[in-house]
Amino acid sequence: MDRLLFGDNQFFGINHMSEEKARAQAMRFQKTDAIMDVLDIAYDEGIRTFMCTTHDRIAAIADRVRANPARYPDFQFYPCMPYAHKYANAMTEYGMVGALKHFMPDDGLFATALAGGKALATKEVDGIAKVLIDMEMKMFAGTKTPVIFVQNIFTDLLLGMGFTRALRIFYDHIVEKYDAEPAFITMNMPMLLDALEKEGIERPIICSNINKIGFRMAGGFDAYLDALKSGRVRAIAMSVYASGAIPADEAIHWVSELPGVESIVFGASSAGNIRGTKALVDKYMKEAA
Amino acid sequence: MTDKVRVAVVGLGKMGISHFGMVNAHPDAETLACDGSGFMVDALTKNIATPIYKDYDTLLEKEPLDAVIIATPSRLHAPMVKAALDRDIHVFCEKPFCLDWGDSAALTDLAAEKGRVAQVGYHYRYVGAFQEMKRILDSGALGKVTHVLAEAYGPVVLRPKRATWRTQKEEGGGCLYDYAAHPLNLLNWYFGAPDQVMGSVLGQVFSEGTDDQVFSTLQWTDGPTAQLSVNWSDESHRKMSTKIAMIGTNGRLYADRQECQLFLRDPHDGLPGYEPGWTVKYTTELTDEVWFYLRGEEYSAQIADFVEAVRDGKSGAVENSFASATETDRTLAMIIENAETGQTVGEARAMQAPKKRGWFGRG
Repeated sequence: MDRLLFGDNQFFGINHMSEEKARAQAMRFQKTDAIMDVLDIAYDEGIRTFMCTTHDRIAAIADRVRANPARYPDFQFYPCMPYAHKYANAMTEYGMVGALKHFMPDDGLFATALAGGKALATKEVDGIAKVLIDMEMKMFAGTKTPVIFVQNIFTDLLLGMGFTRALRIFYDHIVEKYDAEPAFITMNMPMLLDALEKEGIERPIICSNINKIGFRMAGGFDAYLDALKSGRVRAIAMSVYASGAIPADEAIHWVSELPGVESIVFGASSAGNIRGTKALVDKYMKEAA
Repeated sequence: MTDKVRVAVVGLGKMGISHFGMVNAHPDAETLACDGSGFMVDALTKNIATPIYKDYDTLLEKEPLDAVIIATPSRLHAPMVKAALDRDIHVFCEKPFCLDWGDSAALTDLAAEKGRVAQVGYHYRYVGAFQEMKRILDSGALGKVTHVLAEAYGPVVLRPKRATWRTQKEEGGGCLYDYAAHPLNLLNWYFGAPDQVMGSVLGQVFSEGTDDQVFSTLQWTDGPTAQLSVNWSDESHRKMSTKIAMIGTNGRLYADRQECQLFLRDPHDGLPGYEPGWTVKYTTELTDEVWFYLRGEEYSAQIADFVEAVRDGKSGAVENSFASATETDRTLAMIIENAETGQTVGEARAMQAPKKRGWFGRG
């Protein structure tokens, strides 16, 4: 994995500090060109990895990258699935079974099983999970996707319920079908690490909030540091600036000295912030990895 | 500390399943579940260790429970909550509490009589920025509040569609119960129950059976007038977004899920740290750490308060008691009556000699 990954929150009206800023960003990035302009700046700075949700609009970005291999020879996506709001809204609209049916291929065996309200055997759960993963991955066909994530809302719901076998199904399917590294985003890293190890997954790639002020590090700051120091996790740090609460230099410097952190993912909309973060990571993380 | 609290989560829909995840991850809870749907029960039973019942009465009969979390469609709340309280079980119930506020009041009495922890899931009272708004109001720093705007928008019903319980008024669906209940609950928290409700409109955009947008004017005799504006057919918002703005004699106050902004004309002794002019506080500084994060700290925090109150042998809820939720149910009923009759509901109280009146203040 690269040391610095580019995230996509800013393109989709997600800002953990201000709804006004989020709306302004949603306006600015409603055209694919505007997103591509920022991705071009990042790419030209040497940031080759775009870590993104499976939002419908990402399909247009994948089209651009596919269409221009000469411009983007090293461009790679780290897809994060599922795009949670799509499923959450469908659940409100159609109910649990209806939502699943909505996203299944029409002619599939599973759609039939679900339509009949038939009880789901373990193998059917596996099959449904695989079909859903394949549906989410369609937009990335023909691009490089060396690492593929489960989004935090999904990881953490399964973790909380104790349904961690679903994470194992994901892990195996990503390895077998996509020849990629499965990874997990979570807001509960220490608890997830224990659960993944119980599923037989060793040294997992886990992306979680890691920042100096302990913002949204559920389970506790010390538990995060212990997990990182143990060498049991390949960590990607997100929210290193804690939504702007920590000055950039201080934030990156602190993370760079943590063991176990292989990468940082960040989002930015301006050339200045992209270059600034890249420079800080080059300065502090050169020898770290 | 006593042994683990035995909690059953009843109803595994969108809200119930997150409650289940959060309770199940709580170190002091031992979790069970109950849901009538064959699909959910079958898929989970084969994949997780938690016992899952298909029938609520069987669950209550067979399992010695300390507490239940009811997350079923609103119409079912009253009988299910009563059945639990009758067995001396502590109850957390999803919002809105009951569709008939007479039921809410009776259950409030029953819970008090039994000394049970009885809480309702109005999670916005656990959002840091809205808590800060409450703290600022209680300090008196804003002066006399005269003008309030309470809003909620989001993308739930975006086209004509097939009916579910959420789209049927008699089931407790609709924008009023689902969305407007949240800003109303916050207004009740800040100012109590309104004395008069007027100008209410329950409008349809796409739904046939229920409302998609809500307008109303609420008045407090010795307090402000508030304008309520809510719409769940608004695709410009990525998810539900609730915001409250108010103007007082000493400034202006605004809060949403992310931040709390205060403009203060003069400093106030009751609110140290806030200077004249604008002060903005963000989630990062207003939010306490939770043991398990799913969807937002506020959801975990409310469940923690409930589970820990039961664990510690408390006889009532820390926040969002049945009584406070009853107040919100009553406010919802005033809006419905006002929208249906076009007549102002409630009466202005006499300022000089305030005395308790009937809830609707008439006759």
